[in-house]
Amino acid sequence: MRPGSRVDVSLWLGAVLVALLLAAAAISFVWTPYPPAAIDIPHRLAPPSPAHWFGTDSLGRDVSSELLAGSRISILVGVVAVGIGLVFGVALGLAAALSKGFVEDAIMKACDFVFAFPALLSAIMLTSTYGPGVVNAIGAIGVYNVPIIAKLTRATGNGVLGREYALAARAAGRGPLSIAFDHVLPNIAPALIVQATIQFALAILAEAALSYLGLGAQPPQTSWGRMLAEAQNVLFNAPMLAVYPGVAIALSVLGLNLVGDGLRDALDPKLKGRT
Amino acid sequence: MLLYLLQRLAVLAATLLAASLIVFGVMNVLPGNAAETILGPTATPEAVAALAHKLGLDQPAYLRYAHWIGGALLGDFGVSYAYASPIAPLIASSLSVSAPLAILAMALAAFIALTAGVYAADRRRRPGDAIVMGASQVGLAVPNFWLAILLVIVFAVQLRVVPAGGFPGWEQPMRALRALVLPAVALGVVQAAILTRVTRSALLEALNEDFMRTARAKGLSRRAALWRHALPNALVPILTIMGLQFANLIAGAIVVENVFVLPGIGRLILQSISNRDTLVVEDCVMIIAIIVIGLNFVVDVACAAIDPRLRNPVA
Amino acid sequence: MLLEVANLVIDIATPLGAERVVNGATFSLDDGESLGVVGESGSGKTMTALALMGLTPESARVAGSIRFEGRELVGLDEDAMRVLRGDRIAMIFQEPMTALNPLHRVGRQVAEPLILHRGMTRSAAFARAVKLLEHVRLADPQRAAHAYPFALSGGERQRAMIAMAIGCSPRLVIADEPTTALDVTVQARILELIDGLRADSRMALLLVSHDLAVVAGHCDRVIVMYAGLIMESGPVDAILRDSKNPYTRALLEARPQPGARPGARLKAIPGSPPVRHEFGAGCPFAGRCALTIDVCRTTAPPGIAFGSARISRCHRAREVGRSA
Repeated sequence: MRPGSRVDVSLWLGAVLVALLLAAAAISFVWTPYPPAAIDIPHRLAPPSPAHWFGTDSLGRDVSSELLAGSRISILVGVVAVGIGLVFGVALGLAAALSKGFVEDAIMKACDFVFAFPALLSAIMLTSTYGPGVVNAIGAIGVYNVPIIAKLTRATGNGVLGREYALAARAAGRGPLSIAFDHVLPNIAPALIVQATIQFALAILAEAALSYLGLGAQPPQTSWGRMLAEAQNVLFNAPMLAVYPGVAIALSVLGLNLVGDGLRDALDPKLKGRT
Repeated sequence: MLLYLLQRLAVLAATLLAASLIVFGVMNVLPGNAAETILGPTATPEAVAALAHKLGLDQPAYLRYAHWIGGALLGDFGVSYAYASPIAPLIASSLSVSAPLAILAMALAAFIALTAGVYAADRRRRPGDAIVMGASQVGLAVPNFWLAILLVIVFAVQLRVVPAGGFPGWEQPMRALRALVLPAVALGVVQAAILTRVTRSALLEALNEDFMRTARAKGLSRRAALWRHALPNALVPILTIMGLQFANLIAGAIVVENVFVLPGIGRLILQSISNRDTLVVEDCVMIIAIIVIGLNFVVDVACAAIDPRLRNPVA
Repeated sequence: MLLEVANLVIDIATPLGAERVVNGATFSLDDGESLGVVGESGSGKTMTALALMGLTPESARVAGSIRFEGRELVGLDEDAMRVLRGDRIAMIFQEPMTALNPLHRVGRQVAEPLILHRGMTRSAAFARAVKLLEHVRLADPQRAAHAYPFALSGGERQRAMIAMAIGCSPRLVIADEPTTALDVTVQARILELIDGLRADSRMALLLVSHDLAVVAGHCDRVIVMYAGLIMESGPVDAILRDSKNPYTRALLEARPQPGARPGARLKAIPGSPPVRHEFGAGCPFAGRCALTIDVCRTTAPPGIAFGSARISRCHRAREVGRSA
């Protein structure tokens, strides 16, 4: 990579933002200025001050503490949902690539089908049946991740399986599973990493939307989405309360997207400059 | 083309059937729950059983499914438990807000994407491209409901140009449209970011193809070659992604409607969830699935109309 | 003289600096003549052809002179160049499978130059396109015109490309490896077709190829390029019989000999073509050439004339062939 090129700059910027996100979560486990859920009605809607760097919300909770704590949910949802997507998606994609024919078509059709149900819709179905909560949110988002990863795995897997060394391995009598592990997985790993990063960003957005609607993290858990919902009620009095959590979400997502794009450009120069 | 159309219609019907099974399955896995949830944990078992019987929940699953589907096909979507009124008109009136909103947002997104995407692809490696890509990165990162809130702060709270929320009804079309402007912008801008990138990359791929060189060799100008040869080839992937994105657009609309307190399908669903009105939620989800699947069908057909290779499997 | 190229120099901007892909090419072509341009990949032959059309990539800088119909093309503005392309100069490309727009019917694409340059209406141009497709001996030209490219075979698509090229009766047709991507049996027929078309009109042909055999059978004269330099130019028969250039000889000897005894080895040229930046001041073939002497590495080889129409660029041109 040429030093100072556009790709470099955005990759570093993204890495910094992601590091900030992870740091916020790590710090929040050990220390926050105030307990994030500590209600303090007499001091509600206070403007920023040395005591409260970002002020307080409608129930007197310290915003900076809430911002720190909110990162935990975002990361948790991201990691688990993407994890689900990777585990099941890779399995399905490999199954499709290795079995060919009818099974492959069926799996792919099922994947296309899931795309009609965005995470939000699945979450709505789940929460209306089982009640709101982070677990249902994670489940819904995770389910939506599976077909994306599955399609990617199958497409790349097919490419790898068509290459000579895979055919040679089959000719030597190696079974499909060992071929999958030895040949396919290492070759699709870069593309999977890139996709996982991007799915992580989307998971954060989805979680924020669900929490905003009240279908995700429930009090006393802190979520940036929920902060936005509460801020909306006092929009005319304290508009800035609606700005901070949104900035946190946007920066986290931006950071992950930049890292994902940067990784893609670094790992596959052919696609450099494309999406 | 006709044969292709018939094949696609068959697939459409099968997909809709599968969708209905899934929606029904997910929401009715434990039939006892609905009655329990409605009456709450303090209800006696007899009360729960009575309500379950009244709602028809004690019937076997396949009968309930048939009843639901059969009714829906005839336009009868059941009766809302919370409102004690037929569901179909509720859905219809909520769609009369959500559908125009979604269409406006998609139209805005498509317009931005086609202009910015073509511009960026044309000016590859020059500052114009970098600006468009940078802007689209930001657009991708911004949650649409947050953008909506920001728009409300700027235009409704500070500038007082448009109402902060609410919908006056279609009797006064101009006022109704004004109420939809900010929501459509909030929805559309984020979609535009995604579509701009897709347009740009699809166009770059097409511009790299050999037939572009042939077009120039014939004497076509760069601009004419882009519009006449590259863009039609880029249109198929663009349209396909637009179709896929529509599901996300509807999901986004549900959230954005909440910001602007619009009486659309989002509000209907969310209220029904808190009212434990599961039948309404089921019907709404099914309707959304039908719209999304139907729209993708239209997109598929449109793509086949553009690209002859898609409607001739021999190719 | 229809086409006069003098000292054509083409530099390509790369991250590692400017790369000279064509290093002073000089040749000419008259009405009705056919000139073959032979060379390995990277010899600059395709770039030369693109320069004649004004279709070099954006990173390329073209210097020197290209006079077509008495008019200077180097530096000509794009609008003026567009008027010539497809009308007075036409080009046929290497990959018929991808050179046609998959979304438009073949007839429409063949008709496009006619609409553009002759102002014909769509229907008139389409009708003429059908005639052109018949002229290039496509079976069932009506069906072909209404078909989409994917329905035609490689050979058929190349015929359609040729029809597209000759539609406006250009004075010069440039064919860049027109048969390389086709089956061997189809290759011969396509080349025959081009010969036949030229015989009818007075179209000049510039045939670019890596294959000497192709050029030998279908061109009057040939230039042999290596690393951007024209190593030898002259009448095809004379050069094939008695080349005065070591590189050309090496190319000729590297071909499989039909009468050779079984088990005989092919004569390959040792080494590989130079990477641009490795050029010194001397001959690019120095080191790989069996006749290399010291002066070859230090001084650029002069063009030595043999008769009125032959030039060989080699320090030892006069010695070549004597010991053979």
